[in-house]
Amino acid sequence: MPFVAYLDHAATTPMRPEARAAMEPFQGDNFGNPSGIHSVARRAKTALEEAREEIAAGLGCRPGEVVITGGGTEADNLAVIGAARVAATQGRGRRIVVSAIEHKAVAAAAHLLEPEGFEVRVVAVGADGVVDLDDLDDALTGSVAVVSVMLVNNEIGTIQPLAAVAERVRARAPGAVLHTDAVQAVPWLDVAAAAAGADLISVSAHKFGGPKGVGALVVREGIELEPRLVGGGQERGLRSGTVDVAGAVGLAAALSATNAGRAAEVVRVGRLRDRLAAGLAVVSGVVPTGDRRRVVAGNHHVRVTGVAAETLLVALDRDGVCAAAGSSCASGALEPSHVLAAMGMSRDAAREAVRFSLGSASTDADVDHALEVVPRAIERLWVAAAPVAAAG
Amino acid sequence: MSGGVDSSVAAALLADAGHDVTGVTLRLWGGVTDSGCCSVGDVEDARRVAAQLGVPHYVFDEAEEFEARVVTPYVRAYDDGATPNPCVACNQELKFGRLLDRARALGFDALATGHHARVRRGDDSVVRLARARDTAKDQSYVLVGLTQRELGHLAFPVGELTKAEVRAQASAAGLRTADKPESMDVCFVARRDRVEFVESRVGARPGVVVDVDGHELGRHDGIARFTVGQRRGLGVALGERQYVVDVDRRTHVVTVGPPEALLRDDVVLRDLVFTHTRPAPDHRLAVQVRAHGTPVAGVLDGDRVRFVAPAPRVAPGQIVALYDGDELVGGGSAC
Repeated sequence: MPFVAYLDHAATTPMRPEARAAMEPFQGDNFGNPSGIHSVARRAKTALEEAREEIAAGLGCRPGEVVITGGGTEADNLAVIGAARVAATQGRGRRIVVSAIEHKAVAAAAHLLEPEGFEVRVVAVGADGVVDLDDLDDALTGSVAVVSVMLVNNEIGTIQPLAAVAERVRARAPGAVLHTDAVQAVPWLDVAAAAAGADLISVSAHKFGGPKGVGALVVREGIELEPRLVGGGQERGLRSGTVDVAGAVGLAAALSATNAGRAAEVVRVGRLRDRLAAGLAVVSGVVPTGDRRRVVAGNHHVRVTGVAAETLLVALDRDGVCAAAGSSCASGALEPSHVLAAMGMSRDAAREAVRFSLGSASTDADVDHALEVVPRAIERLWVAAAPVAAAG
Repeated sequence: MSGGVDSSVAAALLADAGHDVTGVTLRLWGGVTDSGCCSVGDVEDARRVAAQLGVPHYVFDEAEEFEARVVTPYVRAYDDGATPNPCVACNQELKFGRLLDRARALGFDALATGHHARVRRGDDSVVRLARARDTAKDQSYVLVGLTQRELGHLAFPVGELTKAEVRAQASAAGLRTADKPESMDVCFVARRDRVEFVESRVGARPGVVVDVDGHELGRHDGIARFTVGQRRGLGVALGERQYVVDVDRRTHVVTVGPPEALLRDDVVLRDLVFTHTRPAPDHRLAVQVRAHGTPVAGVLDGDRVRFVAPAPRVAPGQIVALYDGDELVGGGSAC
């Protein structure tokens, strides 16, 4: 097998051995439905509640505040739609304030509510990729139902000033519920501290070494949500459906392992990322995106002037470098990034943007390989594009 | 790889022959289409076939370019009273234009498609383009516009097979696309009416219908409904067999007449392109004006095709393909 440098950790991460080991019994003998009353059910229930305690400890909340979901998108949907509907019912307002660089799981959820009479106010971001706090202030007028600002952006990796956001929300819109999509943050930030000011926090297990299809929503005590899934009333009535015990256990194990190793890992991956960034900085045409001082340790995002990202990614893939650009639509084609557009980047420039995201699996060998492959691919595509560009 | 059986088998043949094959699907049409072309299901079929063959597969988003270079000119042409061929535009601009450029930039030697046509390499350095072995399925007509620049880097692996053989090969290889129905019509118009599609974008251009002497016979609802040579749906009660003989884009007058009023001695071409060399002015060519139309005899004189015997008028915009025997020598679009 030829060497493959996996530089797409923001898309998903390999499972941590701790998570796999923790999940194994629940894919075998310990198969019970935690809702039952018998011994088999009880064993599953015990494991689920232990996992919930572990998750709560990792995210800085009480066990009763953790709702297990079927992933990050479901957590985001439940938070935004659930909190907005309750606010409207209680007459606390119909305005939803979201940043311009939210993941679609938040943005689409907000816009879904518009036909019900909700108003969606999109808060601008600067060219640095960070939410504009003055514009947030402007948005926080009248009766605000929900504010949703992500902790770390999935494309460009910028860390959002959530503490300052929370401060403003409390001061200007005390009735609003504050949600943060922390899906991309877990590997790099202590979410318990960074999202301490939020009422609702979404995480997704597979972004930090857990299984796909499992997430959690922290719902602080006193925050009411309308459920998106109704039925058996599991998860305190907020998420009906038999709980994925193995998934919850895997999420818990991955979270604990990530939290325990974070300090060292941020330094280790940060060094790898810096080496990649430095190596690419000398390649002509490569321009880093946004404010690179405000991004998480694993993210490097660049524009390669004159080279379509779609083409570059294929060239990289052929030489064993896995990178990404924008987000993919259902067919797998790339769609122009709303994040880069919000930062003021032109559509054409955005089509030349590529994300390298490093993480737990990254090594010096990956960076070496990338630094051998990426500059060569860019140069080759530049040469090939030259006559076409000259012809108009 | 469109997700159809022809491109699936084309990929399979190349992979079996030991080539380093990569599958590509172009996402051309972002709008709603019920033909299935460019649908998620078709992309998935292409992806699964590639996976079965053990080759990588990518999707390139060309929806904006397709809109700008194919759909918009198509609508404009009908609005101008012309008869465009969007498949030829798509092939020239996207498949054998942008995609071939991209493939070359990525270091690939050749681009292959599932078109039923044949690339012929002889002793000389000239690469020729010939009709498919399955003449009923021949698609060389929609390849008008290809020149040596492209042909040197093209392969049409199913051109040597009949459609039945293509399906048999797909079945034998267990490809999921083996029994997929063929796509028909213009992919983005699909089963939706062409008139409705055009008029929804540019509005209707109603006018009068006249006979060849200029006598008004009635009114029509829009020039996009008419194409030169059309017989059905004229919307006026006429005693004898009548055809559209002219569509005037400025006055929106549609002229109808008897079949003999359609006959012309020649047609002038624009954007005339040759696959390798211009044929001699006295050289008898087969002139084909529709994808599966029956060719008529003619010679090329400058940019004018002179028919050996009078032939039905070629609508402006219609692609005129010139053949020497079974080889496509070039073509252009009618003025």
